[in-house]
Amino acid sequence: MTKTDTTPEKSGNPEAAVPPPGSAHAPAKKPATGHKRLLTKRDRLVLGVMAGLPTVLHVLLVWVTALASILLAFTTWDGIGFDSIKWVGLENFKELFTNNPQFWPAVEHNVVWFVVLILIPTPMGLFLAVQLDKKIRFSRVYQTAFFLPVVLSMAVIGFVWQLVYNPDTGLINSLIGANEPGKYIDWIGDPDLNLWAVLIAASWRHTGYMMILYLAGLKGVDPSLREASSLDGANEWQTFKNVIFPTLRPTNTVVLVVTIIEALRAFDLVFVFNGGAQGTELLSILVTSNIIGESSRIGYGSAIAVVLLLISLVVIIPYLISTFRKERRA
Amino acid sequence: MSASTAPTVADGIATGPQKKRTPVRPARVLLHVFLAGTALAWLAPLLWAIYAALRPYSETSEKGYVSWPDKLTFDNFTNAFTQSDMTHYFVNTLIIAVPAVLLTLFLSSMVAFYVSRFDFRVNLFLLLLFTAGNLLPQQVIITPLYRLYLLIDLPGITMSGKLYDSALGLVLIHIAFQSGFCAFVLSNYMRSLPHELTEAALVDGASVWRMYWQIVLPLCKPAMAALATLLSIWIYNDFFWALVLISTGENMPITSALNNLSGQFFTDNNLVAAGALLTAIPTLIVYFLLQRQFVGGLTLGANKG
Repeated sequence: MTKTDTTPEKSGNPEAAVPPPGSAHAPAKKPATGHKRLLTKRDRLVLGVMAGLPTVLHVLLVWVTALASILLAFTTWDGIGFDSIKWVGLENFKELFTNNPQFWPAVEHNVVWFVVLILIPTPMGLFLAVQLDKKIRFSRVYQTAFFLPVVLSMAVIGFVWQLVYNPDTGLINSLIGANEPGKYIDWIGDPDLNLWAVLIAASWRHTGYMMILYLAGLKGVDPSLREASSLDGANEWQTFKNVIFPTLRPTNTVVLVVTIIEALRAFDLVFVFNGGAQGTELLSILVTSNIIGESSRIGYGSAIAVVLLLISLVVIIPYLISTFRKERRA
Repeated sequence: MSASTAPTVADGIATGPQKKRTPVRPARVLLHVFLAGTALAWLAPLLWAIYAALRPYSETSEKGYVSWPDKLTFDNFTNAFTQSDMTHYFVNTLIIAVPAVLLTLFLSSMVAFYVSRFDFRVNLFLLLLFTAGNLLPQQVIITPLYRLYLLIDLPGITMSGKLYDSALGLVLIHIAFQSGFCAFVLSNYMRSLPHELTEAALVDGASVWRMYWQIVLPLCKPAMAALATLLSIWIYNDFFWALVLISTGENMPITSALNNLSGQFFTDNNLVAAGALLTAIPTLIVYFLLQRQFVGGLTLGANKG
């Protein structure tokens, strides 16, 4: 152990034990290779079961089903009996791309979802984190206020925001006097407005999440860097821009991945809000409505899931490669 | 809330004098005004929900929601609680969440032990599999999963006679899905433990299981506590799996049951507000009691989606 690792076991305090995101992949020592030879047969069996059991469960329920999604995407199936499964090649995709009025809006909304999250709550979270990192009084109180939404379920958030958005009884319309018939602003029903209304609620939650990630990242910034920078006469903004922000690179990667995945996963909030009706379609909602809706179009639903899978993999694969390459190098 | 703000305020004051005494700078004051204002705005939707829940329906239907209250009561909370049989749904959630959290931690710590303490050739692949699995959007796998759950017959074991519409089904998918995240975090954590620990044990002839159970696992307590807090909140808050994999309203956990309840209460916003707030109370309690673990868990797993 020559590497200066953050050794969490040294302090009993779990929060201090948290390595900043960047060092989550801190150089790990390669286990000694002679190790394995000491294992008895029984040990090997035990180890096999220890790793095998969870792996079987995970692979069966997550990866086999993901593969099944891909296969089913090329078939039609009403879900009743296996004989009704028919191979139709690219038919589902053709219909999806050319003949489904909800598909392209859904793709667009997923993209908008990501763009909004990365442009508004993410910088906001970073800004709040930088302010709260100054060790000011009541920092914990502020932190709690901003972070509270992250603890709530998306479904509950949906209900809470409906109280704000309701056309006749909601807070906004009541305040601006639009709560009388004829003057209604239908935040939830109007297809030009509802996506933005949901996104405000989503951003409300996302800001706190980002703030915590950045606060953890900032904790890992070497204080002497800041000192050196102020000795050189840099002002607060210059220090942040030239010294602090560059050191947050690992956090930024995490934030980017988290935000993309959140944008692809977005579901609960919209489902509670208006069921993904006009204006708020999302890929996740389209997949789900093929299952719990009246139409049981398994193949078609799977085709949408495959599109979602492909988009996710574009993010997941490069992220994993870079993450694990770092680990291997260590 | 007030219970938890009190100690944190005290914290702030306690750390105050430790700093080099700074004269009151206008910039600082401005920052506090800004932060206090934003924090208040942040809490506004929740405060509004509380306010709505505290007012009788008759009053708000007459005077509107934005009005001065004649009286505030807890009636909506008690009504929402009793009329909708919330205890039943809370119990449903417990039946799902407790085994799911414990088993996820147990199983993923075994995988983590395997990949982090030995150098088998499959390690990297295994870890990749788990990590990537957890990053997938749930909807990617739901269609076949739903069919699979309908196919698996479990007569006598679950109420529905199938994996579908059963607590067991939800427990299994929670374990399968969340173990990806936990295995990743725990393997990173275990890797940071000195290798000499297990090496010495191995040379002394300790079995693999003993190494895991008596040496490595106890050292992982902080990470396990953080993950347990995080998992409890996530699984408690789950809406999607229960929505698709549970069909009987009776069997639903609280968060998805709320969706049905709001249908029943349709016209009474005050009651919906009370119901939603009641649903949120357990997570808030967990959060305020275990704030450090929760936040710690989130940042431990900052690599998660």
